[in-house]
Amino acid sequence: MKYFIKKIITLIITLLFISLLTFTAFSVIPGDAAVSKLGVDASPEAIARVRAEYELDQPVLTRYVHWLEKALHGDFGQSYKYDTMTVTQLLQSRLPVTILLAVMAFIIIIVVSLPLGMLSARYAGKWVDMLINQVTQITMAIPSFFLGIILTVIFGLVLKVFQPGGYVSMEEDMKGCIEYLILPAVAVALPKIAMVVKYLRNSVLSEMKKDYVRTAYSKGNSVNQVLYGHVLRNALIPVITFVAMVAAEILAGSLVIEQVFSIPGMGRLMITSISTRDYPVVQAAVLYITSIVVIINFLVDILYQLADPRVRTA
Amino acid sequence: MKKHNYSLIIGLILTGIILIITIIGQFWTPYDITGMNSMAKNQAPSLMHLMGTDNFGRDVFSRVMNGCGTTFFVAVSTVVIGCVFGTIIGALTGFYGGLLDEIVMRINDVLLSFPSVLLVLIFISFIGTGKYKIIVALGVMFIPSFARIVRSEVIRYKSQEFVRSAQVMGAGNLRIIFVHILPNTVVSMLTAAAIGFNNAVLAEASMSYLGLGVQPPDPSLGRMLSEAQAYIFTAPWYAIWPGVVIVLIILGFSQISEGLRAISD
Repeated sequence: MKYFIKKIITLIITLLFISLLTFTAFSVIPGDAAVSKLGVDASPEAIARVRAEYELDQPVLTRYVHWLEKALHGDFGQSYKYDTMTVTQLLQSRLPVTILLAVMAFIIIIVVSLPLGMLSARYAGKWVDMLINQVTQITMAIPSFFLGIILTVIFGLVLKVFQPGGYVSMEEDMKGCIEYLILPAVAVALPKIAMVVKYLRNSVLSEMKKDYVRTAYSKGNSVNQVLYGHVLRNALIPVITFVAMVAAEILAGSLVIEQVFSIPGMGRLMITSISTRDYPVVQAAVLYITSIVVIINFLVDILYQLADPRVRTA
Repeated sequence: MKKHNYSLIIGLILTGIILIITIIGQFWTPYDITGMNSMAKNQAPSLMHLMGTDNFGRDVFSRVMNGCGTTFFVAVSTVVIGCVFGTIIGALTGFYGGLLDEIVMRINDVLLSFPSVLLVLIFISFIGTGKYKIIVALGVMFIPSFARIVRSEVIRYKSQEFVRSAQVMGAGNLRIIFVHILPNTVVSMLTAAAIGFNNAVLAEASMSYLGLGVQPPDPSLGRMLSEAQAYIFTAPWYAIWPGVVIVLIILGFSQISEGLRAISD
């Protein structure tokens, strides 16, 4: 119990720290938001009015407390660029797309890499293992956005089963949306599959050297019985933490891949907002994404602890 | 019989070839890299144009040769920044320990839990885009991973016999850290540098692809990919070749790091 409380307190401190960092970082960047909204030719009075409207004339700390208070209520203010929409509305329309993409990629990774990793460990040193090792080496070297382009060429140009840019929104057609997201999800997943396979293989192999495995063999278990009945559950424990890292990587990969397949998610929103200096949006997007990563890490720590009570004492 | 270190050999050969082509590309290219030719738009690869031409009739091979230079420049600079600052921070915190060590390592933990592409994206959103800004962003992002490696190595060595002997002989702490301990960490640092180099190439290409990294007129493999995407169905080679070169660079360095790891084991 003490462990959980400690973890939760750490989580809260980290989140506060991140929010403070995000806020101050955006407060000190050169380039006045009022100027970037009105243009350099605007009159000083107009600029002063906009500065007051966005509270840019207040001290940083006051603004932070104010901002955090509003942010906790889900209010991140107005976008500079999309005048009619609040930042929260913008994010809410974009976030589900990115999350759907990331979840799909995650499912693909788990479904493909667990069997491959076990296969690779089962036949360690044999040709199956060597083949898997070589293929994963190569897929790890392919940046996901380039993989996306290759997939577009293969499925769009050669096989003609995919229409790039033909994204349909979730509300319009859930099935069509998922279908469109399959290729992007594969592009995000493939390099990560390689990482998980390699990690799982090494984890299984190091477990196989332990005493309990020898005992299991001496009791007359077959290789498969030992592997799936005894080794797998122990070998998966370190993989859990690794998967957390992968989850964060998937999120990052999804942000980039959205650009390749013109998917209107968080990534595209963030990139357009960075280029147009729409800081309230960037600020909120950064806060959302970092919080998601921190919370994933927190959940995995908890999960890890439940799977292996020994870490609690560590 | 000693087993050959094929990973290292393959990695060195691959990287060597790309490096030679890149260096040549900084002084001489088959065609002018900005030279447009309306007669030769979107041509498929041929003996005239090894990697074809782009939508302005520019030779893709020449642009790739030159663009690799930017990639290497960014990657090497970031690894140097990360390595130098990471080594100093890691060595000092590892050697002296204490509260500062605790704080620095906590910050490291948080930073390391973020994927580098994401961190750089966040950093870029603070400081803006451009070749030097991306170097700063990437360099700062790589400090924690180097610091962590050096720190653990320093902790491993600092209670060993040879360090004690040096202390007895009157060597100061700084001399012990930099003259006696750090030379022992070279192999693991090289492995880390090779991995860092890979991440840097990947992150730079991603950011330039997104239009947030290297800006025109500097050539960049990542940006070539994003420019090429509009012509993906009429001139697929324009997108494929720069991408393949990125993959080869990463593959070369991952083989080298694999080989180095085999040595250190």
